[in-house]
Amino acid sequence: MLMDTPDEMLASAAANGDRVAFATLVGRHYERIHALAWRLTGSRTEAEDLAQDICAALPAKLRNWRGEARFTTWLYRVIVNAAHDLRRRQATRTRAALGWGDWELARQAEIATLAEANDWLAQAMTRLSPELRDTVALVLGEEMTQAEAGLVLGVSEGTIAWRMSEVKKRLRAMAREEAK
Amino acid sequence: MTDDLETLRAALKSAPAPEYDAKTRALRLAMQNFDRLHDASQGSAEPDLAGDDPPQGAVASNGVRRMLGFLTLRPVLAVTTSTAALVIGVAVILPMADLRLPGGSGPVTHQAPEPALATDTPTAKTAAAPDGLTGEADSRGQIAATKAEPMAEALAAPLAATDTVDVVPPPAPTVNAPGGLSPLRMAAPGGSADGTAGDIAAAESIVAPLPDMAQPGLPDTEAHANVAPNPVKVTVEDSVSTFPIDVDTASWALIRSSLNRGKMPAPDRVRIEEMVNYFPYAYSAPTPEATFSTTVSVMPTPWNPGTRLVTIGIQGALPAMTDRPPLNLVFLIDTSGSMGGPDRLRLLTGSLALMLPVLRPEDQLAIVAYAGSAGLVLPPTAATDSAAILAALDNLAAGGATAGGAGLELAYQVAEGMKAEGEISRILLATDGDFNMGTSDPDGIEALVAKRRETGTYMSVLGFGRGNLDDAKMQALAQNGNGRASHIETLSEARKALADQLTGALFPIADDVKIEVEWNPAKVAEYRLIGYESRALRRENFNNDRVDAGQIGAGTQVTAIYEVTAPGPDSLLNNPLRYGPAAEIGASTEELGFLRLRWKAPGAETSTLIETPITGLEEATEETRFAAAIAGFGQLLQGSAHLGNWGWDQAIDLAARNRGDDPFGYRAEALKLMRLAQSLAAN
Repeated sequence: MLMDTPDEMLASAAANGDRVAFATLVGRHYERIHALAWRLTGSRTEAEDLAQDICAALPAKLRNWRGEARFTTWLYRVIVNAAHDLRRRQATRTRAALGWGDWELARQAEIATLAEANDWLAQAMTRLSPELRDTVALVLGEEMTQAEAGLVLGVSEGTIAWRMSEVKKRLRAMAREEAK
Repeated sequence: MTDDLETLRAALKSAPAPEYDAKTRALRLAMQNFDRLHDASQGSAEPDLAGDDPPQGAVASNGVRRMLGFLTLRPVLAVTTSTAALVIGVAVILPMADLRLPGGSGPVTHQAPEPALATDTPTAKTAAAPDGLTGEADSRGQIAATKAEPMAEALAAPLAATDTVDVVPPPAPTVNAPGGLSPLRMAAPGGSADGTAGDIAAAESIVAPLPDMAQPGLPDTEAHANVAPNPVKVTVEDSVSTFPIDVDTASWALIRSSLNRGKMPAPDRVRIEEMVNYFPYAYSAPTPEATFSTTVSVMPTPWNPGTRLVTIGIQGALPAMTDRPPLNLVFLIDTSGSMGGPDRLRLLTGSLALMLPVLRPEDQLAIVAYAGSAGLVLPPTAATDSAAILAALDNLAAGGATAGGAGLELAYQVAEGMKAEGEISRILLATDGDFNMGTSDPDGIEALVAKRRETGTYMSVLGFGRGNLDDAKMQALAQNGNGRASHIETLSEARKALADQLTGALFPIADDVKIEVEWNPAKVAEYRLIGYESRALRRENFNNDRVDAGQIGAGTQVTAIYEVTAPGPDSLLNNPLRYGPAAEIGASTEELGFLRLRWKAPGAETSTLIETPITGLEEATEETRFAAAIAGFGQLLQGSAHLGNWGWDQAIDLAARNRGDDPFGYRAEALKLMRLAQSLAAN
């Protein structure tokens, strides 16, 4: 019976302390959380960690659930924000790390090269700015409409459309380079 | 151009499925936090977040709901408790405080204050731990905050048991952790209306993990190499003690990791000689013409006033680095699926990159990866070509099952090809121990490694991760390959194992080093060698050059500690033999014993011998007293009967007073672990 209950009802029940509803909800959406986390970070490990962080934080976050949007939209927003926080933390760490001496520099360089994995997707994604990456993750990866993606990212539909055209440009440039 | 977009879409759609373990872990954590949050808000009258809907209608029916919740979750839980990966990320929770969404755009503006969540975990406690080692503590914190670091997983294990308390009602038949949980329930003070009061107390009791209830019912798949502690020997029956002196430090890392996640190490995991030899000691360097120097010290035994401790330190020469022969290193890297954890392949590639700057242009490096199939990832390459080496490391990806046999063969082939006159060849096997070397007979691999050692290609083993680490096999391979087994859990550990000890581990100054101590029955009625149980060598082999013992690398040192008892009725543990042979008392009756050290120059057929009398007048130093403290620590962990009333306070005091010059903070870390063990032992 719970299997058929819409997300939004489950979320409201969970926010009110309904344990079964919460378990159903988080079980239903874990794959989705993980997949978007992967699309946003490009790393399996980070996706796992991020998904776990999000699951752990969901009970607290659900207290602010007011049923004003579709649950998935709300959830996407949570995921995207968590990914942004992760990026910020990583950036801070990287900055803090610089200046630890040569060993650390060597390690940072090594990590940086590791991040540029060899497959096409990673190359394509690293060419995109974080904003563009988020946008393609939602529009292409999650097959959202530009309006939905705008809702999640907190920008207008027009901005999403512009970003997608930017993405096309970058991909074209990349293809040209490869052709050389 | 639309094609590009389509390709990107397709690539993005092919998101990898989450690992089952990761999912169960995350879901359990979610439920745990859900329960904490809701129980906490019911238990206290504390107002909820401003503007929020307060939980309604949940109080009265909560017990039923919990039960229902359990029923719904049961399939998940049943599986989780039956897997070895029953972990709740402690350190992983830490970043949660940062997860709150920024500004008004996000739905959450406050972090709920009341749930105990992760701020009060053993991690936090131990990281902040005892003395003023702020540098250490900081780096710990850094590690804990970096989710990619392995500590997260290791630290998390003891929590798992506590966690089940929240979700599992006592009669639950599918969860195989019933017995050990009851103390927690009992410990819950009072009771609230809904009868679920145990949870908060349980959450708090996480702070003091109970070692005996950690990991209920989980098979620990690590195999360890220990045998029973060396017994006390009667000198007139057996006056000679002998052992090879290769040093591993793997046991120390296991103990540290175990203590850090709030669990006392299993006694059979404690190898005292590896603990003692983990630390550098300031022994005098050998004279220019000698390969070794020996340092002997004698002192009253800290834990037994009736006996004395004889510490034998051996220091290997450190030839000028400019003279060292070129190195041929073949990295044999396990890229099986299990190496995918953040504390494994990534840590390995990171640590290999760290090692590169220390190598020389004439050194060569090759990489063989093995998983489903073995392959040469990097053909022999000059160590200076770091671009090629780093690129090859990038290409390593974990996946597939492990087929080590073919990889090992290939690695030896490659090493053969790199060999040249006057060069050193060594294979470095990097694995999480989950290797299935193709031959089903473990002797087969060890025999192969031993055979290749004959031809001058040595092997060291770097162990990553925990869980299915086959410690015994690592030890056996390293010992047969004239190498070292190291456990690597953090980048700094990797640096110690790879870069700092590059010369020591990789550049042999002597092969088949054996020491032999002959005790004078007139002065020593009984003796006991502390540690070295897994590598005792029979006495008749001492003079037999064909029996392999350990290899010693440049600058390496080893320390062995004996506890000896003077003749006299008080302290003897064995009754004197009524018809035993009369002690033959020679000219040097005042000597306690006689130390013989035998070794072969690398590649040489015959051995060299140096002899040192042990007079009993050699003074103890800070170095040897610290070694004694560590030996005491190891025996405390083993629950040794030899210690009498000597306990943690005395061990810690002895170590603290003899910390000496500790430039790398190893001894400070030891003190911290000793205090941690003391508090764990008290529980």
